[in-house]
Amino acid sequence: MATIIVDNKSYTVDEQQNVLAACLGHGLNVPYFCWHPAMGSVGACRQCAVKQFKDDRDQSGRLVMSCMTPATNGTRISIDDPEAKAFRASVIEWLMVNHPHDCPVCDEGGECHLQDMTVMTRHVYRRYRYQKRTHRNQALGPFIRHEMNRCIQCYRCVRYYRDYAGGRDLNVFGSHDAVYFGREQDGTLENEFSGNLVEVCPTGVFTDKTFFHHYTRKWDLQAAQSICPHCSLGCNTTAGERSGTLRRITNRFNSQVNGYFLCDRGRFGYEYVNSPHRIKRAVVRPDCDRTKPGQPEEVPQAIEIAADRLRRARGVVGLGSPRASLEANVALRSLVDPQHFYQGVDEQERQLLSTILKIFQTGPVPSASIHDAEQSDAVFVLGADLLNEAPRLALALLQSIRQEPMEQVDELKIPRWDEAAVRNAVQNRRGPLFLAGYQRTWFHEYATDTYFAAPDDIARLGFAVAGSIGQGTPSVPDLSPEVKDLTQRIAEALTHAQRPLIIAGTKSGSQATIEAAANVAWALHQQGKQPRLSFVLPECNSAGLALLGGGRLNDAFDAIRQGKADTVIVLENDLYRRAEAANVDAFLETAQTVVVIDSVEHRTTAHADVLLPSATGPESDGTFVNQEGRAQRFYQVFVPDGDVKESWRWLSELGRATSQEGGSESGVAAWRNFDDAVSATATAAPALARIGEVAPSASFRLVGQKVPRQSERYSGRTSLISHLTMHEPPPPVDHDSPLGFTMEGYRGPLPSPLISQFWAPGWNSIQAVNTYQDEVGGPLRDEMPGVRLIEPVATKASGWFTTIPRAFQPTAHQWLLLPLSAVFGSDELSNRSPAIAERIGKPFLSLHPSDGARLTLEDHSTVDLVLQGTTYRLVVHLDPSTPVGTAGLSLVPEVSGVSMPAWVDLLKAIQTEHKRRAA
Amino acid sequence: MMNTWIYARNLVVGLWIVFKRTFTKPVTVQYPEEQPYLPPRWRGRIVLTRDPDGEERCVACYLCSAACPVDCISLQAADNPEAHERRYPEFFRINFSRCIYCGMCEEACPTNAIQLIPDFEQSEYARRNLVYEKEDLLISGTGKYHDYNFYRMAGVRTRDKDKGEGEHELPPVDVKSLMP
Repeated sequence: MATIIVDNKSYTVDEQQNVLAACLGHGLNVPYFCWHPAMGSVGACRQCAVKQFKDDRDQSGRLVMSCMTPATNGTRISIDDPEAKAFRASVIEWLMVNHPHDCPVCDEGGECHLQDMTVMTRHVYRRYRYQKRTHRNQALGPFIRHEMNRCIQCYRCVRYYRDYAGGRDLNVFGSHDAVYFGREQDGTLENEFSGNLVEVCPTGVFTDKTFFHHYTRKWDLQAAQSICPHCSLGCNTTAGERSGTLRRITNRFNSQVNGYFLCDRGRFGYEYVNSPHRIKRAVVRPDCDRTKPGQPEEVPQAIEIAADRLRRARGVVGLGSPRASLEANVALRSLVDPQHFYQGVDEQERQLLSTILKIFQTGPVPSASIHDAEQSDAVFVLGADLLNEAPRLALALLQSIRQEPMEQVDELKIPRWDEAAVRNAVQNRRGPLFLAGYQRTWFHEYATDTYFAAPDDIARLGFAVAGSIGQGTPSVPDLSPEVKDLTQRIAEALTHAQRPLIIAGTKSGSQATIEAAANVAWALHQQGKQPRLSFVLPECNSAGLALLGGGRLNDAFDAIRQGKADTVIVLENDLYRRAEAANVDAFLETAQTVVVIDSVEHRTTAHADVLLPSATGPESDGTFVNQEGRAQRFYQVFVPDGDVKESWRWLSELGRATSQEGGSESGVAAWRNFDDAVSATATAAPALARIGEVAPSASFRLVGQKVPRQSERYSGRTSLISHLTMHEPPPPVDHDSPLGFTMEGYRGPLPSPLISQFWAPGWNSIQAVNTYQDEVGGPLRDEMPGVRLIEPVATKASGWFTTIPRAFQPTAHQWLLLPLSAVFGSDELSNRSPAIAERIGKPFLSLHPSDGARLTLEDHSTVDLVLQGTTYRLVVHLDPSTPVGTAGLSLVPEVSGVSMPAWVDLLKAIQTEHKRRAA
Repeated sequence: MMNTWIYARNLVVGLWIVFKRTFTKPVTVQYPEEQPYLPPRWRGRIVLTRDPDGEERCVACYLCSAACPVDCISLQAADNPEAHERRYPEFFRINFSRCIYCGMCEEACPTNAIQLIPDFEQSEYARRNLVYEKEDLLISGTGKYHDYNFYRMAGVRTRDKDKGEGEHELPPVDVKSLMP
């Protein structure tokens, strides 16, 4: 800790920081542009100038850039010095010389860092009388709009896009006062993290195109904390709504999870909430006649019909869901009794999840948060395609490869925030990152070593690495010399690291890979390291569902087939994504009554006898448990129209309706509000006991008041619905959370889950998050970053996993069909967003060139492939990274029903080949 | 005795003043037959105006709704792909039963679109008739400000103005040029 003197007042600051960050941390307003808490300082914009004095006798001082000045002990600066003020005023005047006069039609207006800084430096009048330079814009794809005239040349976009996020297709062109930030030519920004440009750009050069189509100013959004439902990482988001439509998603800072950035799937995948395929009315099939289509029904009647069927049922089967909230799953479990509650995931996934839980619960190595991943100094990824399955984790690893070279930076006494100097010192050195998988992406270019092989071989590599690190670990026989070499290199890098991280994926369905990853982490722990372990799970609440437990899907199918039960309740689940279509068809047709609760139409909802419209994430309160085991709360952002209700509320009503004759209400029937749901969840499984600590309960009040979801300047209150009614109805009352659907209530410091949007006087942009932190880049004040439900109790591994698979042998006729995730396309919900749908690729079959030759298939040719009874038209990709003897099938909506991995005879399965080359 | 004199005098003075008024011109106006003069800047009914080219001036920036102290303005921005970056309000609604005619919206408007005019005759028997939609608000003229056209000044591209054709604008930069 150091003491610095700012305008003759002393402040205690972290000496590892620069003066700008130190001042911002203490709430002192210093304007800046090019500096960003996650990207360090380059001193390019000259906006953060302050005056530095040698000592207390120095009266003249000198101007310095506060972002480039270390906050060493005794540093004496002045922000209010007239000369420094004049300097900053002229800098912003220069920057504004070419800035167009278009704030009214700019989407950044009202949350613009440039506006804030202009006001802060008091530049109010334009003196420059000459002409402004203009630029042509580019079409940058469905996510981002481009308006180059607004640029102030701070270089943040290229620093973020190229240096931080590893993108290649955005750069700076031209010279002098005409530099241009864009692509070489029009085209979609390829990087999976391009959406962050919207927040990184201090002005409106890059804006959110999906938001543009239903634009509203920041102050008009009703907002609350949300948790991204599109992958298992559980990134925090702020969802904003107006007039019943979800308008946008922005990043929500959580120091332990996503920090300052989101991926594009999370940012632009929200429009499934506004989809025309949303279920808005309760639907009942008349007279139980499966030939007739369902008819909309009033809610009380629909509940009564469903309850009547449940009462008369011979047995009820409840199928939970890894994308439904924990509370909804607990509600279903309580309604149908735990022994009739089945996890609605396929058997392989269930097995993997229970193994993963066992590894965390019995092993000595803790799980890694995204923040931990960023801090790790050696990473070994087994079988996970991070860029496509858990993109934000890939972004974290792009930062982790800087950790090892940073030690040399420290030796050179270069402060870590001095980005330009750090890059100069580091050059192209990268820390160890080993990627073993079966699909090449651009992310592999950042790896120290890559290994493309079938899942069994990847597991063998993992076991071999564990074998050469630990004592007593099983060793792997018959390794090829190259793999032995690679094993040595990986083992060496991991043992040299202090905080190694092992990541494994579940998509390949390989149990051995997961066990191998555990062995590596445990072996490192045995060697006295502080390893972390991370597993990429299939869906947003997979871990929560696994902690809750439940029967196997096949047992549910058997129960119906054998007549032990005749009624099914499906909770937010498309069974056709879980099992083969024929089995699901048989299951749903044999059941007397199928009750489905879901938010969007899909193949399973088409079979429903009673269909109840459930609320999506931003329309409901709930808890997700992410892949790290961190339980996080999301809040209802707005009250949906139609009959839409939270799933747990439907189940609770069904519970009350079925128990009416029985007398006293118990279990889910007794739930009245979300607090009841949370306390029931806390008792549902031992691991969930702390679920109540995730966020403040509904009774939480500050100064006796609720917390508003609307900003102080929320507009249109008396005219939004005045075309429908002149009466101004009172706002809806929220019994489920401490938040209110109004602009009235407590304003002041809040526990982090209750913050509606980051805003502070003078700080209208997302950069206002600085004012919510004690130390810039550190945790929020009163941060509740979620509760980690699983912490290791053992101090050493109780035993090693010893089931080492045999090496993968390609066979003459059979190919191992492997699922290839796609960042845009593999997630069920985000696919419904028009912007994401535009980015979904055509379904393809990936083969090794030698297999392509064997099958006489050309690259880019089209084939019809018959799989599990369905014909799919696929484009052939010949890709040397596809292991010989395997075939990769892209997981896009068209092929979502194929269960993989599976052995397929491609010689037979490929029925016709279209010689025409795809465009 | 003294008081009696004072009362009598006051009575006479009062009657005299009343008598004098019979010969002065009355201030009462025979409204509505006779219309009072209202200066052009009088704050009455709100209208949406058009720019000199006859296009809607409102760019749906939401500043009027934010400035409105009684929150009686609501709108939704929409884009018209044919008009490029030109924005319109999809709907624009003022609830005059809430309006206090303070003129803050006019002050906030960056395009001179929303203007208060000297017309106060808005009495209605039903409150719902005081809800004005865009069709009711939009007039065909420029209102009080005749020359201003926001898109001539703004840097965005519109249907009838390419980049660099606005006022005080240089032609678009050729990024590939190496000339200084």
